[in-house]
Amino acid sequence: MTTVHTLNPMADLATDVDDVARLLTPAGERVVDPDLQQWIEDVDTAAIQRLYRDMVLLRRIDAEGVALQRQGQVGLWPPCQGQEATQIGTARALRADDFAFPSYRETGVVYARGGKPSDYVLAWRGEGHSTYNPYKLHTATQQIIIGAQSLHAVGYAMGVQRDGGDQVAAAYFGDGATSQGDVNEAMVFASSFGAPVVFVCTNNQWAISEPVSVQARFPIAGRAPGFGIPSMRVDGNDVLACLAAMRWAVDHARKGRGPAFLEAVTYRMGPHTTSDDPTRYRDKEEVEIWRRRDPIDRVEALLRAEDAFDDGFVAEVAADADALAAEVRQAAMGAVTREPLSIFDDVYAEPHSGIDEQRVAYAAYLNGFAATQES
Amino acid sequence: MVQLTMAKAINEGLRRAMADDPKVLVMGEDIGKLGGVFRVTDRLQEEFGAKRVIDTPLAESGIVGTAVGLALRGFRPVVEIQFDGFVYPAFDQIVCQVAKLHYRTRGNVRMPLTIRIPWAGGVGAAEHHSESPEAYFVHTSGLRVVAVSNPQDAYVMLRQAIASDDPVVYFEPKRLYHTKAEVHLDVDPADAPPMGLARVAREGTDVTVLTYGAQVATALDAALAAEEDGISLEVIDLRSLSPVDYRTVGASVRKTGRVVVTHEAAREAGVGAELVASVTERCFHYLETPPVRVTGHDIPYPPAKLEKHHVPDLDRVLDAVDRVLDRPNSLTGVEQ
Ligand SMILES: Cc1ncc(C[n+]2csc(CCOP(=O)(O)OP(=O)(O)O)c2C)c(N)n1
Repeated sequence: MTTVHTLNPMADLATDVDDVARLLTPAGERVVDPDLQQWIEDVDTAAIQRLYRDMVLLRRIDAEGVALQRQGQVGLWPPCQGQEATQIGTARALRADDFAFPSYRETGVVYARGGKPSDYVLAWRGEGHSTYNPYKLHTATQQIIIGAQSLHAVGYAMGVQRDGGDQVAAAYFGDGATSQGDVNEAMVFASSFGAPVVFVCTNNQWAISEPVSVQARFPIAGRAPGFGIPSMRVDGNDVLACLAAMRWAVDHARKGRGPAFLEAVTYRMGPHTTSDDPTRYRDKEEVEIWRRRDPIDRVEALLRAEDAFDDGFVAEVAADADALAAEVRQAAMGAVTREPLSIFDDVYAEPHSGIDEQRVAYAAYLNGFAATQES
Repeated sequence: MVQLTMAKAINEGLRRAMADDPKVLVMGEDIGKLGGVFRVTDRLQEEFGAKRVIDTPLAESGIVGTAVGLALRGFRPVVEIQFDGFVYPAFDQIVCQVAKLHYRTRGNVRMPLTIRIPWAGGVGAAEHHSESPEAYFVHTSGLRVVAVSNPQDAYVMLRQAIASDDPVVYFEPKRLYHTKAEVHLDVDPADAPPMGLARVAREGTDVTVLTYGAQVATALDAALAAEEDGISLEVIDLRSLSPVDYRTVGASVRKTGRVVVTHEAAREAGVGAELVASVTERCFHYLETPPVRVTGHDIPYPPAKLEKHHVPDLDRVLDAVDRVLDRPNSLTGVEQ
């Protein structure tokens, strides 16, 4: 299956965004997609409820992150409101032992991989560059250098090939990242070696203030076939389509057929980060159009239509979200900053005389203060 | 004991490392059938197959970035950058990823990556084929940086670099690739002096010459010439530029009280600047005269026909020796 839904240069943002594969319309109605349908046959109402819960919890984590930043409890937060379906749908298609390589905005991927609240707030608070062990979550540290992780994913997948394993690596990056050399080099390596990697490009229309048209004059999913990689352009606000497309892509890679590429067409509702002011570069109306395409609302509509959105369920999800938000807050507020000399830890795996000397010297310097205070 | 060129010694180091550990992989441009443009990987693909000796696409960031992923998966990749001047496209992956992953993950992720770089000039090469980028890497914490000066070290230090759980940038002076010397191949790399230690290449009493890579040979030539004038040079082959073995360096400086540093990289903010500053901090009261640097000029590497004016030769080293000994030298009579 090689599906590219548009092969014309992007003319009009408003109409092009609908040129995507989907299973759930913005109004919450199920539609049949001949390519995607087979990948969600087993997804029943209970499974859709779980996806809904994940998305609501993620939105709540995200809102808490923003609030914590406003209150000075974390230094920065990169919101992902609007992208819940893309993150949850794709990440839920991975097996626990597959390896994800997310970017800074993929809080939902870390959450779906089993990350604890401290795993997604402490780095933003500045307590550590990464606060989880990548091998425990089978998830690399959230990447800040745009596109760098795409190569790590391909290398990891090449390692899987050499080990004779059947894991898949998933590289997550934004539309802006597709302009980077690394993402293009990653596609060359993946294709040439047939590596079991899935590229997930979250096209949220903006790279800080630059619209996607500055990065691409052609739908991003349309580039992959040029590298020999089959691709799909899916509705990134449709969690069923994201799940189905990712299952297709992962299955393709796992069966040894090589890499696959997804472009999830979605929208970042909030600022790029809490330091950003999106009113300087984008229209209110654009945001409103996307508000009507909300990924959570459409699942709610679907569940209502299926009589699976009763008060009990709603109350349960709300209680879970409250509890998780409290844990996120607690993780941030209860953080204990490491002792000063720990900044010298783990620079090297083996002793390094230069660092060792600097640690000793700085310890002596700090001790000097302790001595002054004592006397 | 066998007579081997440095290229062959490195080839043998790779072969034995691969034979000993199935997780060791070699990757780079043209390293398979061709055996690398310097034939350093000669016949390795024949012996270990294309899955372990990987001809990569022509993309340096891709080579290093995928090696990061392979290391994450438990492999020990040895990547070849075809020439020093082509490491720059991979710079981001080296300094932002390779160097920092262990720190970023608080020790959970190891990066046992060896980055081999055919290095520096003196072989009459085209532009971008004679660069000395070592200072960029020395300035980056998380990387170990070594430079070899003879086939024996090339063999042992490569094996130590591959065995290290830290990433190592391993510089191979091109102009020594074909110099032969005796090599003990059965030294156990674990028992040999670690790659972080400096080596006293020649003992002396009057002046300490600190250097590394191909300049070690130049310094030794200078020492022979100086001997005729009754001057005794101690030549220290640093071997490791991060960390620098200041024990060995300091012991020598305290003995001689005079220091000349020589390298072919440009001077400004180079390794020599660091060595002089550190030696001055550590051994100020032992110094008889200010240390002197003899380096490449602060110019882009010149065209081949002019490179002999850039790479410090024996006479420029001797001129610096005269300066630290307060003997008549090129600056005598020049207003400073
Ligand atoms: C190599 C690099 N250049 C610039 C930046 C600064 N920067 C951070 S995010 C960003 C925009 C990225 O946009 P995109 O890839 O579309 O991802 P999004 O933030 O929209 O999720 C930029 C320019 C960076 N982090 N890394």
